[in-house]
Amino acid sequence: MADPQPITVPARPGRFIGQSAAASQKLIHVDRLSLSYGQNQALKEISFNIHERVVTAFIGPSGCGKSTLLRCFNRMNDLIDNVRIDGAVHIAGQDINSPEVDVIELRRRVGMVFQKSNPFPKSIFENVAYGLRLQGVQRLSDLQAAVEQSLRRAALWDEVKDRLATSGLGLSGGQQQRLCIARAIAIKPEILLMDEPASALDPIATARIEELILDLKKEFTIVIVTHNMQQAARISDQTAFFYLGQLIEYGSTGKIFTSPSHKRTEDYVTGRFG
Amino acid sequence: MTSPHSSDSRARFRAARFDWASFAGEATTALAALLIIAILLIILGDIILHGLPNLSWRFVSTGTGSDMFDVRQTGILPMVLGTTARVIIMTILVLPAGVATAIYLTEYARLNSPFTRVIRGAVNNLAGVPSIVFGLFGAGFFVRFVGRGLDAALSPHQALTVWGQPALLWASATLAVMTLPVVIVTTEESLRAIPQGLREASLALGASKLETVFKIVLPQAVPGILTGAILAVSRAAGEVAPILFTGAAYYMADLPHSLHDQFMDLGYHVFILSTQAPNIDQTRPLLYTTVLVLLVLTFALNIVAIFVRAAVRRRLRLLQ
Repeated sequence: MADPQPITVPARPGRFIGQSAAASQKLIHVDRLSLSYGQNQALKEISFNIHERVVTAFIGPSGCGKSTLLRCFNRMNDLIDNVRIDGAVHIAGQDINSPEVDVIELRRRVGMVFQKSNPFPKSIFENVAYGLRLQGVQRLSDLQAAVEQSLRRAALWDEVKDRLATSGLGLSGGQQQRLCIARAIAIKPEILLMDEPASALDPIATARIEELILDLKKEFTIVIVTHNMQQAARISDQTAFFYLGQLIEYGSTGKIFTSPSHKRTEDYVTGRFG
Repeated sequence: MTSPHSSDSRARFRAARFDWASFAGEATTALAALLIIAILLIILGDIILHGLPNLSWRFVSTGTGSDMFDVRQTGILPMVLGTTARVIIMTILVLPAGVATAIYLTEYARLNSPFTRVIRGAVNNLAGVPSIVFGLFGAGFFVRFVGRGLDAALSPHQALTVWGQPALLWASATLAVMTLPVVIVTTEESLRAIPQGLREASLALGASKLETVFKIVLPQAVPGILTGAILAVSRAAGEVAPILFTGAAYYMADLPHSLHDQFMDLGYHVFILSTQAPNIDQTRPLLYTTVLVLLVLTFALNIVAIFVRAAVRRRLRLLQ
């Protein structure tokens, strides 16, 4: 039987493999991070660095811990009972689990887009303005400017500018997810975590989200969990492959998809298991 | 010539037969359901038939007059007002306490921690306590303990009794305790129906838990909370036992004008008319009409709450 063909990484102008990672600074430093839910260990001694203004993709079969790791970066795991965390996550040099770190400020600086689009049952305008209002922005002109800018940034403005007062739930699935992205970037986070943001969308809506991610990369550091190999190959600079709670391989996306060092990574990215 | 269909040599379907067992099953269950309608019609029909002839605007808009057992000259305004007042005050008391408990259980408490289980057990047991026990509890706790305590605190040097006696406030508070479980349970259900994703989205944008509860969770839960209020009102409006020792009066010359006054109550008045009247036959028309007014009032109080809920739902639906 012939060797499976590795997925080719489409060449994009202005970028060659491994360059962006080397050129930018590390922003998230994960240091021997382990996490368990009760008796169930979800993450095992994970250590690696995520770089600034780079798209990092987390790939791996379901249940490998990639979403759990993502939720460590904005401490969403705090919401779950019986979670035990060992090791540390440093963001911009600070241990985010230390008692000195205000979790509210952390979440303002580390935004999140969820797998299932979850607009609030409020108007489109109020969805985007929500985070700003929490921060005490009250002047309508400030809010209007920020809402427009965020919706433009999320490539949604032209579709919704005439119906900002209507419900966010009246939008299509792809529009809802872009609304959630607009809502997340409205408060200008430094890092944007995306947990399978396109998994519930059709290919056209997915393509729009992917374009958006490539565009947002100029301003934000993006960490994205995806089940879609082609998507990881298309949009990410760095890829981390997880299996059973362990980080198996981490490197430039080109290397992971064309010449992985581990057999398991190769099997997964070529679709032989997972 | 035979039709091409009948020439088929494969096994034929058996002919349908009348199934007596299913017929009997359907008929029995349908009869049981009909019985419910019949009972309701008998109750309502009897009361309307005998109560309506004496129902007049004068009857519901005047006081008891010189003989409260004579249908031709007595009125029941004090009882209508008393019942309405105690139901409204009860709603004001029970909603904040019940909603707060439900918020604690769904948003803060750990699922299945010993403390949560104790609260849940308490709620369920409270729902099973007979209403006369609530009446005795109210008399002991609110009237004697809280009321007398208040009197002692407000006027330590005089032996004044202001709060330490049966009163509108204590009757309403006793009813609030009785209806607490239904408000807690319905509110909790509506809070649990709100997708977890909305809470996570709010927290991920830097909202505190309290901000998330007030800005995202509670606005969604208002119809459910109002359903709890409707059920509480229906349960409390006709209850007599809880107010027997806590505020309802046999007879009062004046309307109550403060929370620490006693009041006349429609349900209690029905009890008085049916047990204390010197001449039962003469009082019977009055009894029927009073019961009719009690039914209409309970219904009306429910309708108000249902209209409020419908208005809130319409506003929420605009956002769906």
